[in-house]
Amino acid sequence: MADGNCDDALHELYGYIDGELTPERRMTIQHHLDDCPPCYEAFDFEAELRIVIARKCTETVPDALKQRIADALRQETSNPDHAG
Amino acid sequence: MADQATFAEQATPFMDSLYAAAMRMTRNPADAEDLVQETYLKAYRGFGGYEEGTNLKAWLYRILTNTFINTYRAKKRRPAESDLGELEDLYLYKRLGGLEAATAGRSAEEELLDIYTDAEVKQAVEELPEQFRMAVLLADVEGFSYKEIADILEIPIGTVMSRLHRGRKGLQKKLWDYAVARGLVA
Repeated sequence: MADGNCDDALHELYGYIDGELTPERRMTIQHHLDDCPPCYEAFDFEAELRIVIARKCTETVPDALKQRIADALRQETSNPDHAG
Repeated sequence: MADQATFAEQATPFMDSLYAAAMRMTRNPADAEDLVQETYLKAYRGFGGYEEGTNLKAWLYRILTNTFINTYRAKKRRPAESDLGELEDLYLYKRLGGLEAATAGRSAEEELLDIYTDAEVKQAVEELPEQFRMAVLLADVEGFSYKEIADILEIPIGTVMSRLHRGRKGLQKKLWDYAVARGLVA
């Protein structure tokens, strides 16, 4: 059954979203979210914001860089130069 | 000992992700490219020290981060970056959360994806003071655990959590400021 109150749950919002809570603590928070729509909405927003940030910060490596790196690694293999 | 002959095959899949992180760290495409190249060379040379089966992505990120700190951060003499100050919890939700009610049926994610461009989110991350930016990058963009971030940045887990919490709030404030500046919100 729901344990703790909204302040407790919100205090652990990031731990919950980041998957860093113990299974027991996670379950306690989960029960609270099941019973508390305002907290559920806040958690949901934060979780989704995190997804949006990840999706919008992606990049594709330029082909020229891929090639340069492949060439540099090939050169390392044929002519090892361990600069310390 | 890991075999250098398999390095390219194992490490290349992480290049897009390392490049993205390098872009946010250096805030400069030319430096980002140099940083990624240097990271791959160092990783290749040191691959014997990587333990097969352990977290290769974290191992590569450690090299990327150390190379950034030692090479690129030293180059750019920036004035001391200010602290973020105290920001309230749920900063963006308290201000934008109501938008969901206005467009019933759409999720918060859909709203946020629509409101902010890629460029704005990248800029908001890049504008964070460095110690907060690194934590947010590693947690939110790359999905590392607190422990992995602590290992990569060589800081205590408590410091990771503190920088991450404050960095996220700082990021949210910037996103809110963008929305206000663009007249998206009253």
